[in-house]
Amino acid sequence: MRIEADQVCVDYNGRVALYDASLHLPAGSICGLVGMNGAGKSTLFKALTGFVRPSRGRIRINGQRVAQAQREQAVAYVPQSESIDCGFPVSVWDVVMMGRYGAMNLLRIPRQSDRIAVRDALERVDLLELRHRPIGSLSGGQRKRAFLARAIAQRASVLLLDEPFNGVDVRTEKLMAELFLQLRRDGRTILISTHDLSHVRDFCDLVVLINKTVLAYGETSEVFTPENLALTFGGMPPNLLTGPSSAEEPEP
Amino acid sequence: MITWLLEPLSHDFMVRALLVSALVGGVCGLLSCYMTLKGWALMGDAVSHAVLPGVVLAYALGLPFSLGAFVFGVGSVTAIGFVKQKSRVKEDTVIGLVFTGFFALGLVLVSKTRSNIDLTHILFGNVLGISQADIQQTLLISALVVAVLLLLRRDLLLFCFDPTHARSIGINTGVLHYVLLSVLSLAAVAGLQSVGIILVVAMLVTPGATAYLLTDRFDRMTLLAITSSVLASLLGVIISYWSDSSTAGCIVLVQTGLFLLAFLFAPRHGIFRQHPEIGP
Repeated sequence: MRIEADQVCVDYNGRVALYDASLHLPAGSICGLVGMNGAGKSTLFKALTGFVRPSRGRIRINGQRVAQAQREQAVAYVPQSESIDCGFPVSVWDVVMMGRYGAMNLLRIPRQSDRIAVRDALERVDLLELRHRPIGSLSGGQRKRAFLARAIAQRASVLLLDEPFNGVDVRTEKLMAELFLQLRRDGRTILISTHDLSHVRDFCDLVVLINKTVLAYGETSEVFTPENLALTFGGMPPNLLTGPSSAEEPEP
Repeated sequence: MITWLLEPLSHDFMVRALLVSALVGGVCGLLSCYMTLKGWALMGDAVSHAVLPGVVLAYALGLPFSLGAFVFGVGSVTAIGFVKQKSRVKEDTVIGLVFTGFFALGLVLVSKTRSNIDLTHILFGNVLGISQADIQQTLLISALVVAVLLLLRRDLLLFCFDPTHARSIGINTGVLHYVLLSVLSLAAVAGLQSVGIILVVAMLVTPGATAYLLTDRFDRMTLLAITSSVLASLLGVIISYWSDSSTAGCIVLVQTGLFLLAFLFAPRHGIFRQHPEIGP
C-alpha cells in the first residue's frame, strides 16, 4: 500500500478537525478526495505531509512513518494557486527547482541531475519556454502546471493536489488529466481534493468521501452513489450534486 | 561635491560612523528582503522594541548587550506565539501589547538601574560616538547574521514562499522560523547602533521594499536591497554631518527617499511605469 491511515484523529487546540479517519490507497491510482469546505480535506493533507501530527492513529506512506517518507521525498504537495504569494520574486525555473531541494546537499546547490529533472518536468507540463518568467506573470492554469512540475521534479511517489481544477483553462485541464494517467502508469498515487464531482467520475479510479471522518472509500463505481454523496454533503438532495452543474452553482 | 564627501573623512569619529553604519545597513538590507517577503514588518517592529530590557539588563550586569537583546527578542516572540495560541485575541493585537509591555519594562529598568546608559543613545542611536567595544560587537553580530543568511539562503526563501512544500520535503520549518527570528533579534541590536531602537524597523523593512519594486528576481533583490541600504546609511551620515541634524533621522529619511523614487519610477512596478502590465 502507498498510503495507509488508520483511525487518524487531528485536533487543533481541542477543536476536532478529523476523527477516526482510515483509508488504504494502492500504488498506481488516481483518487478523488471529496468533501465540503471544512470537512477535513486540507487537514488530511496536512497530516500526510507532516504539517500536523495526528493526536491519535497511525499514518504510513510506503510502509514508513511520515517523517521518514518526507526525508525520502515520497510526498509532494501541489498547493491551490490562491494560497501562494504571486508577487514573490522567483522564476518558474526556481519554483520547479524547489522540488529538488530535498535531494540536494544542505547548501542546495543544484547538480546536473537536478537541472535535467527540472527541465524534464517543465517539458512535461509544457512550460519550458516560460521558464525564465516570474511566477506571478503566469496565468492561473500555467501557475498550476508549474507547481505540478515541481511535484514531478521531486519524483515523489505520492502527489497531493489541492483543488487542481479550480479556475484553470481547458488546455491545462486536458494536459493535467493526461499527466495524471502517465503518473499512474509510473506507479504514483495521486490524491486530488476537489468539490467538482464531474471530475471524479471522469478520471478517478478511487474516491474518498470525507466529512470530519472518512465516510466511505473505494472504487468510484461502488462508492460514488447518491446516498453516500448525500451523507458527505450533509443531506443535500443528491441530484443537485451529481448533475452536470455542481453544488457550487451560485444561488439565484 | 568632492569636499562635501571627503571633508567628513578627516575626522576619526566620522570614519568609524560611516563604516559601522554602512556595515549595519548592508546586514539589515540583506535581512529586510526576508522580512518583506515573509510579511514580518510588524514582527520586526516588535522584536526591535522588545530588546530594550535585554540591553539594559546586559549593561547592568556587564554582559555583552547582544546577549540580552537576543534573549528578550526571541523571548518576546515566544510570548507572542504563546498568548496567540492560548487566547482568542488576534495576532496583531497580541504583537502590539507584548512589545509595548517589553518596551515599557525596559524604560522602567533604565530609570531604576544605576548605570551610565544614555537612554537617548539606545532609542535614537549614537553612531557618531560609538565605542571600540561596540564596534567589535557589531562586527561579530554582522558576521554571524550574514553567515546564517547566506548558508540558509535557499531554505529561508522556500520557507517564506511555500512553507507547506518545505515541510513536505523534510525541511524543519519550526527551526527555520526560530533561526529567522534569532537573526532578526541580532540584526535589531546591530541596527540599534546606527539608528536606535525606534527607527531600526525602517532598516529591516525599507530596503527590501525598495528592491522588491525594482526586480522580480530574488538574487537581484538582495543585491539591490543591500546597495540601497548601504548608500542610504553613508549619505545619511554625511548629510547629518553637514546639516548638524539627527543621524538616525537622516539615514532613514534617505532610505524613505529611495523607496519613493522606486515607488514612482520603478520600470515595471512603479506608478509611472512605462510598460503597464497587461492583466485583468
